[in-house]
Amino acid sequence: MSARVQSESFDLGAELSGFGAGAGAIVTFSGLVRDEGGRLVALEIEHYPGMTEKALAAYGAEAAQRFGLSDWRVIHRHGRLAVGEPIMMVATAARHRQAAFAAAEYLMDWLKSRAPFWKREIGPGGAGAWVEARSEDEDALSRW
Amino acid sequence: MAVDVLYFAWLRERIGQPRERIETRAATVRDLVAELVALDEWHAAALSDLAAVRVALDQELADLDAPLAGVREVAFFPPMTGG
Repeated sequence: MSARVQSESFDLGAELSGFGAGAGAIVTFSGLVRDEGGRLVALEIEHYPGMTEKALAAYGAEAAQRFGLSDWRVIHRHGRLAVGEPIMMVATAARHRQAAFAAAEYLMDWLKSRAPFWKREIGPGGAGAWVEARSEDEDALSRW
Repeated sequence: MAVDVLYFAWLRERIGQPRERIETRAATVRDLVAELVALDEWHAAALSDLAAVRVALDQELADLDAPLAGVREVAFFPPMTGG
């Protein structure tokens, strides 16, 4: 049960070693930097040190209680991330798959709209626009 | 009272600094915004569209009408784009 915010990359396989021991179901999700049809070479991710760590831990604990998780992990990176690099991961462990899938979706929905990260596009010519929040991401929270 | 005011993403860029210490008599976040907007044109531009601004008080999300009593750190930022 842990949340981490870091600039360095992570190894999904290594993160899952020993994760959720004794669970009946483990779900993992990992988000990667897209090139958006060749428009981007990287993303620059800013965050709010202090608040970010607290928010991730709180959303993880909430998911654990709500879905009866036996283990969970959230890792979210910041700084400049090249196309293809991992941005973040969530892993959830539960007795059955329904809870593990639902908890992973729940965590993703909260991370997208309520964790203090801001993405900026980096194109071949340098820094571009800040990524705008999508209303679908905000709407997704209402299902919980 | 004095509060630390933090800015992130395009709000930080428009205001030209990541944080500042503000002496304020504001009772609510909305009152503090009015004081900041009156400081100069950069604050006014950054805080002109409050529908595009989110707020945290002592690192917890809050709304514009939240009271400032006892708060030490106020942050303004755009809607979050994590994940």
